[in-house]
Amino acid sequence: MRTFIFLAIVVLAGTGGEIAAAYAMKGIGEVKDFAPRAILGVLGRALRLGWLWVGVALMTLAFFSLLALLSWADVSFVIPATALSYVVGALGARILLGERLGPMRWVGILLVSLGVAIVCAP
Amino acid sequence: MTWSKSPLLKTCVLVLLVAVFNSVGNVLLAKGMRQMGETQGWSLNILGVYFVRAFTSVWVWLGIGSLILFFVSYLLVLSWADYSYVMPAAAAGYALVPLLGHFLLGEAVTSLHWVGVAFICLGVAIVGRTPPSTTGRG
Repeated sequence: MRTFIFLAIVVLAGTGGEIAAAYAMKGIGEVKDFAPRAILGVLGRALRLGWLWVGVALMTLAFFSLLALLSWADVSFVIPATALSYVVGALGARILLGERLGPMRWVGILLVSLGVAIVCAP
Repeated sequence: MTWSKSPLLKTCVLVLLVAVFNSVGNVLLAKGMRQMGETQGWSLNILGVYFVRAFTSVWVWLGIGSLILFFVSYLLVLSWADYSYVMPAAAAGYALVPLLGHFLLGEAVTSLHWVGVAFICLGVAIVGRTPPSTTGRG
């Protein structure tokens, strides 16, 4: 039970964190200039956005929950199971970011999720 | 920079950087941590000493540097592309890990793992054929 609670935290906090960071970056708008100075400017602006820090905090929570989980749970179960993040992340993108995922993208995401689970299995 | 003028090419270049920096970072970090050996326990004291010792490894620092570049490229591409596009596309890195592990660290890759690599490549190719941005905000 403890394993499933921590697995849920790893997946939900990890994808939630990336979605928060994605939301913050959409607020900055499309980056068009890739000169080092311009990139540093974009990062400077991003670091002043609350949602980016929400994202970093959630990703940190996911990272340490994963470390804790790996200290007792079976690696060969935990790591492949985190491939669920692709499906959860897609649902989050649909619901929270309003992205319109067509059938093609869903098929691709399911294949990727399955492939990552297989690659990460022992 | 001419590549940054075409939206699709720009997305491809950034997604490739995300995938490469992520997998290279993980492999470097794994190499550094493997040289350190297993932790002798999970108490805070032992973990503290272990982490401090980890930061004396050149491989660990190269891994961290690579992962920082991964995060920066991830943020940049998310400034215009869908999360549901970038996240699966960047999974190409997971296909790179067995390849890098095989050729850099000499790890054996099972036939089942090559099947997984094939699934990932197919999935990434399919996602890559969808429009990178569907929200109109990007």
